[in-house]
Amino acid sequence: MLLLILVLPTVAGLAAFLVRGDRVRRGLLVGTAFGHLALVAGAWVRLPAPAWGGWLDLDAVGLLFLSVTSLLFAVASTYAVGYLEREGHHAHRDFEEGRVFSDAPEARFVGCLLFFLASMSLVTITQHLGLLWVAVEATALASAPLISFHRHHRSLEATWKYLLICSVGIALALLGTFFVGVAAARPGGESASMLLSDLMAEAAVLQPGWLRAGFILLLVGYGTKMGLAPLHTWLPDAHAEAPSVASALLSGALLNCAFVGILRGQQLLGAAGLAPFGRGLLVVLGLVSMTFGAVFVIRQADFKRLLAYSSVEHMGIMALGVGLGGAATFGALLHAVNHSVAKGMLFLVAGNLLAAYRTKSTAIVRGATRALPVSGVLWLVGLFAITGSPPFGTFFSEFSILKGALDAGRWWVAAAYLGLLGAVFAGMGRIMVRMAQGEPGEGVAVEPHEAWSAVMAPAVLLALALLLGLWVPRGLAELLGAAGQLVGGGPWRV
Amino acid sequence: MGWEIDPILVALVLVNLLLLGASRLASCVRLVAVQGVLLGVLALLVQVGWSPWRAVLLAGGSVLLKGIVFPRLLWKALRGAEIRREMEPYVGYTLSVLLGLGMLGLTVWVGGRLRLPVPAASHLLVPVALFTMLTGLFLIIARKKAITQVLGYLVLENGIVTFGIALSHEAPLSVELGVLLDVFVAVLVMGIIIHNIREDFDHIDADRLVSLKD
Repeated sequence: MLLLILVLPTVAGLAAFLVRGDRVRRGLLVGTAFGHLALVAGAWVRLPAPAWGGWLDLDAVGLLFLSVTSLLFAVASTYAVGYLEREGHHAHRDFEEGRVFSDAPEARFVGCLLFFLASMSLVTITQHLGLLWVAVEATALASAPLISFHRHHRSLEATWKYLLICSVGIALALLGTFFVGVAAARPGGESASMLLSDLMAEAAVLQPGWLRAGFILLLVGYGTKMGLAPLHTWLPDAHAEAPSVASALLSGALLNCAFVGILRGQQLLGAAGLAPFGRGLLVVLGLVSMTFGAVFVIRQADFKRLLAYSSVEHMGIMALGVGLGGAATFGALLHAVNHSVAKGMLFLVAGNLLAAYRTKSTAIVRGATRALPVSGVLWLVGLFAITGSPPFGTFFSEFSILKGALDAGRWWVAAAYLGLLGAVFAGMGRIMVRMAQGEPGEGVAVEPHEAWSAVMAPAVLLALALLLGLWVPRGLAELLGAAGQLVGGGPWRV
Repeated sequence: MGWEIDPILVALVLVNLLLLGASRLASCVRLVAVQGVLLGVLALLVQVGWSPWRAVLLAGGSVLLKGIVFPRLLWKALRGAEIRREMEPYVGYTLSVLLGLGMLGLTVWVGGRLRLPVPAASHLLVPVALFTMLTGLFLIIARKKAITQVLGYLVLENGIVTFGIALSHEAPLSVELGVLLDVFVAVLVMGIIIHNIREDFDHIDADRLVSLKD
């Protein structure tokens, strides 16, 4: 069962390179995505047995992030089909510089999407720190060709930055993994097991110095991938240049997977009685990321970069939540779900705006609600879904984190948190409302009837964002509670 | 066991210093290939006591990939380019070597103070691993060509692998093979992108990739 969750997208990814017809390949993408989702839904009904001697085992944290990834991927895959159809096989004129460019082969794009799903699934399923590293690096490699799908020099530049910065960052996480191995080594010279459960069982005898150093390296390494400032520099470029489907998956799924790596480190620290050390670092990095997000969101000139910096801010919120502990941990994990849904939706809508206006400039796009009635409204409502306004899910999760800060008596953290949330709301609100209102300028492709594939996926995601704000299903609340306990949070009580 | 691996460790240090002073890209690629082969031999010597076929497999994989496949890939990415040497690096070659000597001193000092729970195969292993990592990071920061940055990444990774060897803790074979595979794909993808950058831009100066900013 667990193996099938990994094997299905891998095999489908290989097949995507071999299949000739576009329609067959697109069908393969959607079929695999929903097959994967069905398998994951099966895991909710009955938790699959561990495989490979405990190397693959779904715990609450894994199941939570696997479900988010699978759900977002399935919805995005339907959008991808419409996108690839519109994209066609002809050369395109680059609307920023007027040069002509072609797309990379569609087989490569679809194949890499499926490999991307497989590697992200492995990140969430594995319990082995070494294999976790291999999987996180694999997610970077599978997603790099997605960013350079449009073959022009800006996407190449973004891909280069992404690969180099993330590879170096993740290399440090490998060193951190070795450090944890040193911390676990016994004087007799026997080699230690790198399974999380084994490490946590012997946590009392782990060498604290090496464990601390190892956690810092894991935090820096996976933090680079997660987009925690000041290690986030690859993120805005990659998100802005990738096709919108890929941006949605990078932001909604990939960043979460890197967060899983950090959570595993925090689990280990907690078992060794060093939880406050990790939490302190997470609070600082969280607030720094929120600050960077807020500063760059205000007056942002490019709407895809706007969403990217908003992701930096939200990753900061998640790190902060886990750092605060207590009810905030629950909030941070719920926020991961809410952010994925809302941000995935916004990136997909951004793709529609980009197709109609042929620019990413926030200064030029006007009257989106008139030019694209559905996408424009989704964009406007999405603003509230992402900035934590009631009744959307983000409000509830951000409120839980605030409550955690107040419960812990961290008044300054709470004040800074609220101030930064307000700044981001003002910054994003001003830009996104202006884009939605007014008259569309000359030469804009006004489309009263938008393709269903372009609006269906974001509409479904927005409905989910709203649903999560009105009602958190009991199964999800229990899962969040269990995951929160694993990473050292307290129970959630209203 | 120290007497048989110490010469290899000294050779690794020398390769690092040569890399810091090398201006021709051809020499840099060759030096990193030599380093990969040295690393394979090192893994063979340190681990052979446990299970020979495993050590042979890993060492063979490392020598094959890092010694033969990577240099070829990088050459292929560069083929046709009029670039033979790294012009105007951020930090000059003489200064780089001097800084390298400083880093070496620092890592020997730090390595001597780290207390490993398990004694390493040689007291030189940890300092050499740290020095190799620092050399890699330095190359990434101080050089402009995209290909030198890939080489820096490889040197960094070599250093981390040396550290893994230093602990002589037996990471499972599948993980080590996974690491090797990931690095292979990373270099492959980077090679493809360098190739595309060269076709598109007519240069591979990473410092001229500056159109994306806020």
